[in-house]
Amino acid sequence: MTDVLAVAEHRRGDLRDVSYELVTAGRQLANETGGDLHLAVISGTVEDFAEKLNRDGVDTIHTVTDGEEFNHGVYTQTVAQLADSLDPQYVLIPNSVNGLDYAPAVATGLERPLVTDTIDLETDGETLTATREMYGGKVETTTELEGPAVVTTRGGEWPKAEGTGDAAIESFEPEIDEAALGATVTGFEEVGSGDVDISDAEVLVSVGRGIDEEENLEIIHDLADALDATVSSSRPIVDNGWLPKNRQVGQSGKVVTPDVYIAIGISGAVQHVAGMKGSETIVAINTDPNAPIMDIADYAITDDLFDVVPSLTEAFR
Amino acid sequence: MKILVPVTEVATVDDEFEIEGTAIAEQYLGADLNEWDEYAIEEAVQLQEAGVADEVITVTIGPEECEQTIRQALAKGADRAVRIWDDALEGIDLLGVEAKAALLSAVVEDEDPDLVLTGVQAGDGAFGATGVSLASTVGYEWAAVVNHLEHDLEDGVASVRRELEGGVEELTDVELPAVLTIQTGINEPRYASLRGIRQAQRKELEVLGLADLGVDESAIGAAISLTDMYEPESESDATVWEGSAEETAGQLAELLREKGVAQ
Ligand SMILES: Cc1cc2nc3c(=O)[nH]c(=O)nc-3n(C[C@H](O)[C@H](O)[C@H](O)COP(=O)(O)OP(=O)(O)OC[C@H]3O[C@@H](n4cnc5c(N)ncnc54)[C@H](O)[C@@H]3O)c2cc1C
Repeated sequence: MTDVLAVAEHRRGDLRDVSYELVTAGRQLANETGGDLHLAVISGTVEDFAEKLNRDGVDTIHTVTDGEEFNHGVYTQTVAQLADSLDPQYVLIPNSVNGLDYAPAVATGLERPLVTDTIDLETDGETLTATREMYGGKVETTTELEGPAVVTTRGGEWPKAEGTGDAAIESFEPEIDEAALGATVTGFEEVGSGDVDISDAEVLVSVGRGIDEEENLEIIHDLADALDATVSSSRPIVDNGWLPKNRQVGQSGKVVTPDVYIAIGISGAVQHVAGMKGSETIVAINTDPNAPIMDIADYAITDDLFDVVPSLTEAFR
Repeated sequence: MKILVPVTEVATVDDEFEIEGTAIAEQYLGADLNEWDEYAIEEAVQLQEAGVADEVITVTIGPEECEQTIRQALAKGADRAVRIWDDALEGIDLLGVEAKAALLSAVVEDEDPDLVLTGVQAGDGAFGATGVSLASTVGYEWAAVVNHLEHDLEDGVASVRRELEGGVEELTDVELPAVLTIQTGINEPRYASLRGIRQAQRKELEVLGLADLGVDESAIGAAISLTDMYEPESESDATVWEGSAEETAGQLAELLREKGVAQ
C-alpha cells in the first residue's frame, strides 16, 4: 500500500486546472511513499482527457467511459472500486464543489479517515501530515493521521504539472449499480450576467461585510463615482441582496483582473481571493492588520473604512 | 414530513489573538451559530410555513454552554432540539468528519427524517464534509452546496440547484430521503422575534450521550489529531501606510493618481 490515486475533474468538456495540480501533489506524495501515481478520469471524452493528463510523473491513467458529466453516484462507486483494486495509500480528490459532493462518500465507503481542504501534504509512508487553515484563514494548523486516507486538496496551492509523460492508459470498467443513483443532473445554467461586467473593469471598488448596513453602501458608490470606477463586492453583500449577483467577485462569482482592486472591509477568504488575486495592484482597507487580505495586498491601510473612504472620496472632488 | 437540521456553534476570533498550544487562547474567542446553518434553519422553517414540513428538529454536538446557540435556532422556528454530548467527547480537540457522521447518523436513525438540511461548512474548522458524510453513512441521497430548493418536493424528489465555481449552477433532482448542504444566499435568514425568543425557552431540548445513541466510543476515536497551530507566515510585502485616516487616504489618493485613476 504505497500508491497514490488522484481523481481528475472536468466540466462541460474541459479539464479543470486543479486536475493538473493534483498530478503535482500526487507525484510528490508517491515519491514520499515510494509508490506509483495513478490517475482516474471518469465520464466524458476520457481518451482526450487522458492524453492531456499524461504529464511527467504519472504512472497509470485509468479511463472510465460511464456518463458524460459529473454524477456523484458514478464517481463514488468508481473511485471505491478502483481503490479496492489498486489499494492506494492515499486517494486525492480536488477540494472543489464537486469534490466535496463525493469525497466524503468515498471515505465512508472505504472506511478511511477524510481530511479536506489541505494546502500542504507530507508523509513518511505511514503518517500523513496535512496543513489546513482554520477560522477563515486566520490560523494555519497541521493535522496528522495514520495509515490510508482520503484527502482533498485546495486549488491553486500546487503548481500545475508540466511535461509529457509516458503513462500507461488503461480502461477501467466499474460495475455501476444504477439503482443506487438517486441524483440526476438535469442541466446547467450560467448566472450573474447583467448590465455590468465587472471582469472588464479597470478599477474596482470592492466592498465586504465590514460595511455593516445597506445604507452605508452610499459611501462606496460615492467613491466609485469619484474614481470613475466600478463597484464589486464579496459574497455576503450579494447574499444580503444589497448588490446583484453579477457584482460578486470570487470562486462562485466572477474572476476579475483590474489594474487596481480596492478591497474595503473584505477579509480575504480563500473563495474571495480566488476571484481577484490576478489584479495588478491590490489595496486593502481593513481594521484588522492580520486579515488574510493583507497577505496579497500591495498597499494597505489598517483603519476604519468609515473614516478612510469619505476622506479618499474628498481627495478626488 | 420531518426535517432535521444539524447545527453547530462556531468559535469566532478577535482581530488580535494569541495561540496557546494547538488552540486560540480562550479570552480571544467568541461563539456564534454557524453562518451556513442559519440559512439551513431558515430553509427548513420556510418549508414548514409552506405546509410541506410538519416538524423541524435541530441537532447539535456540543457541551452545555452551546445551549444558548441552540435556543437561537429554536427562536427562529425549529420545534425542538437534540444536543449530543458525552464525557468521552470532552478532551477531543478536533472531532473528525467520521465521528460527527457517526453521532449524527444515530439521531437520523432515531428520528427518520425525510430531509436533512446542513450548512455547507462550519466557519471555524471548514471541513465542509459533514453533510455528505452523514448521507453516505445512513444511506440517504444528497447534494452539496445547494443554493436553491424547489419547495413542492413532488413525488419525493427535491429539485435543487448546486452552485459550482465560476457562476455556473447545476440543476439536479435528488430522491428523498436526502441530505442537502445549504449555501448562503439561498434565502434571507430572519431575526428571532421577541416572541420567538420567549417561546424558545419552553421548547424541548433533549440531551443524548453515546449510550443513548448506541454509539460505541471507538466510533469517535480521533482519526485526525491536531499537532500544531500558528499564525500563517505573512507573505505580505504590502506597503502599510501609517497616520490619520486623512493622511493614509491622501497617500492612497496619490498612488491612484500615479496609476492614472480618475484623470
Ligand atoms: C463554496 C463556497 C463558495 C464561496 N464563494 C465566494 C465568492 O465567490 N466570493 C466571496 O467573496 N466569498 C465566497 N464565499 C464566502 C467566503 O468564504 C467568505 O465568507 C466571504 O468572502 C467573506 O466576505 P467578507 O470578507 O466581506 O466578510 P468577513 O469575512 O466577515 O470580513 C469582513 C472584514 O471587514 C473588516 N471590517 C469590519 N469592520 C470594518 C471597518 N469599519 N473598517 C474596515 N474594515 C472593517 C473585518 O476586519 C473583516 O476583515 C464562498 C464560500 C463557500 C463555502
